[in-house]
Amino acid sequence: MHKEEKKTSFLDAINQAQIEEMQRDDRVFLIGEDISIYGGTSIVKSIEEKRVMNMPISELGFTGMGVGAAMAGMRPIVDLTISSFVYLASDPIINQAAKQRYMTGGLMQVPIVFRACMYYNVGNSAQHSDRPYPTFMNSPGLKIVVPSTPADAKGLMKAAIRDDDPVLFFEDINLWSQKAIVSDDKDFVIPIGVAEVKRQGTDVTIISIGACLSKALAASEQLSSEGISVEVLDPRTLVPLDKKAILESVRKTGRLVIVENAHRTNGVAAEIAAVISEEGFESLLKPIQRVATPDVNIPASPALEKSLYPSVEAVVAAVRKII
Amino acid sequence: MLITNEIRHSLYECMLRIRRFEEAAKANEVDDHLCVGQEAANVGACISLRKDDFLTAYHRSHGHAIAKGVPVDVLMAELMLKVDGICKGRGGTLHLADPTVGLLGTTAIVGGGKPLALGAGLSAHLRGTDQVSLCVFGDGASNQGTFHETLNMAALWNLPVIFFCDNNLYAISTSTEKSRAQPDVAKHAEGYDIPGVIIDGQDVEAVYIAMCTAVERARRGEGPTLIEAKTYRFEEHCRGLTINIPYRSDEEVEFQRANRDPIELYRKKLLDSGFITVEQLNAIAEKIASEISQAVAFGKASKVPDISTIYDYQYSNPINYPPTSI
Repeated sequence: MHKEEKKTSFLDAINQAQIEEMQRDDRVFLIGEDISIYGGTSIVKSIEEKRVMNMPISELGFTGMGVGAAMAGMRPIVDLTISSFVYLASDPIINQAAKQRYMTGGLMQVPIVFRACMYYNVGNSAQHSDRPYPTFMNSPGLKIVVPSTPADAKGLMKAAIRDDDPVLFFEDINLWSQKAIVSDDKDFVIPIGVAEVKRQGTDVTIISIGACLSKALAASEQLSSEGISVEVLDPRTLVPLDKKAILESVRKTGRLVIVENAHRTNGVAAEIAAVISEEGFESLLKPIQRVATPDVNIPASPALEKSLYPSVEAVVAAVRKII
Repeated sequence: MLITNEIRHSLYECMLRIRRFEEAAKANEVDDHLCVGQEAANVGACISLRKDDFLTAYHRSHGHAIAKGVPVDVLMAELMLKVDGICKGRGGTLHLADPTVGLLGTTAIVGGGKPLALGAGLSAHLRGTDQVSLCVFGDGASNQGTFHETLNMAALWNLPVIFFCDNNLYAISTSTEKSRAQPDVAKHAEGYDIPGVIIDGQDVEAVYIAMCTAVERARRGEGPTLIEAKTYRFEEHCRGLTINIPYRSDEEVEFQRANRDPIELYRKKLLDSGFITVEQLNAIAEKIASEISQAVAFGKASKVPDISTIYDYQYSNPINYPPTSI
């Protein structure tokens, strides 16, 4: 008889993390719209109603409410559901949460997690298909994580909840059903700001963001059969970027392709490329390549939409340009 | 509601403290967004709160801060942007905070404080305490979307939040007449099924009584109140503002200064009713004068923040920070 190791989905891992942290610390509570509709049924069933609150459609108001509760000693999780809604909450995130500690000379702290799920490639059309993490990278005071696996999702969510600073947690609808073995250790935490080499290699580095990991790994397998050894590095945290790990990998391989699902202009690939130009230029044997979603709004038609996001072919082609 | 002489004297003293503070700020050229003329509204709103009650305020909040209990010396040092200021010179006049007296923050984003106050009220509910949360905001902020969103949620969940509008009739140069379909802010309360109270914001006892009633209601778990204090701003919106096209007449401002000064009105009332003597008034005046001059000296003696500390306080838990390059 085969002993099956229990696998956990990306979504369940995130829910487990929230449940465990809410059981560990009763200052942690969750607010969001239609929590059980957007995948939170297990949380609604596990934690008392007082701490799992369904919100009216007032993203600006309830996100600010979360920030205020954090300033007043609680540790909220604000679930903004479909990440296109996060813009409505921009003011409390950027002008309040990100700035309070600095503006008050350290008198205030804002231990809050803003969670948003990037819905895209699911035929949701333009206003429900955003990948907004680049927008918030330019605001000092925030931490931003984009997990790519169930284990990373659970560990980073726990880290985000335990962190005393505001953390933006961007998950991905395309990963929600992906299953893997995840630790059930209640103190399993993945540190914020630490990248992970998901595949060792020597000829070229692919830095992949979030759900692009599967494309990067598939491209690596294909290239490996041609004798090209690819290293895949997953930053996991976008702010603060693990510059050390990134520079180390590029020093090793000398070639870099960065792949992400956000739009090309000002994506995290642009920041990583700039960092390497400034601090790792001597390592580079060839120009840096970026594979990203083009700067065009997301059309409703799947025939059009599916062509937009980075594919395995596009990643392979980018590597070939610099090998 | 019993108002003792002790309360009366403290109301008067606090208003005078705010007035002299603002005058000193102006004299030392660190004034900005002065609340001169609004002292009764500020004091009546904040003075009865406990240290563990929460307050969020806005850009014209030296008065709220003082009435809530922020010491005038660290406040003056903050206006002077010195390292001994309450926010170590990083917040300035716009971003004051003092968690030891429950001042969560003053925000420069008009309307930005309402959700924060709502959150503080929520924290009391989750914690199971009888703390209350006061949000003071101006007539301008009553037009922000946060006004509707937060009143709705506070009323829906019966949270212990008091919404207090300093209606001074102008949001910088835009009058309520030209920006509000409904001139009375408190009338919105009916839409949320909560009490809406309109008071004369220049009558400190009226403000105090309205506020105490709202606080007691909130502590009993009966939910929010919307209070509107009709008040007036005697100084310009902020220092150095160029008024190319006058938005209010000099006659209007002069009338307010001459007839609706909350401190003068209360001083006269207390004297006429025998609740205070001239000697007591003089003693208060001397005490305040000394406090304020010490505050100014404290601020002047304090140092300017050192540039080597520029990255300090950005994060509670700095990771790969400050940035090592560039």
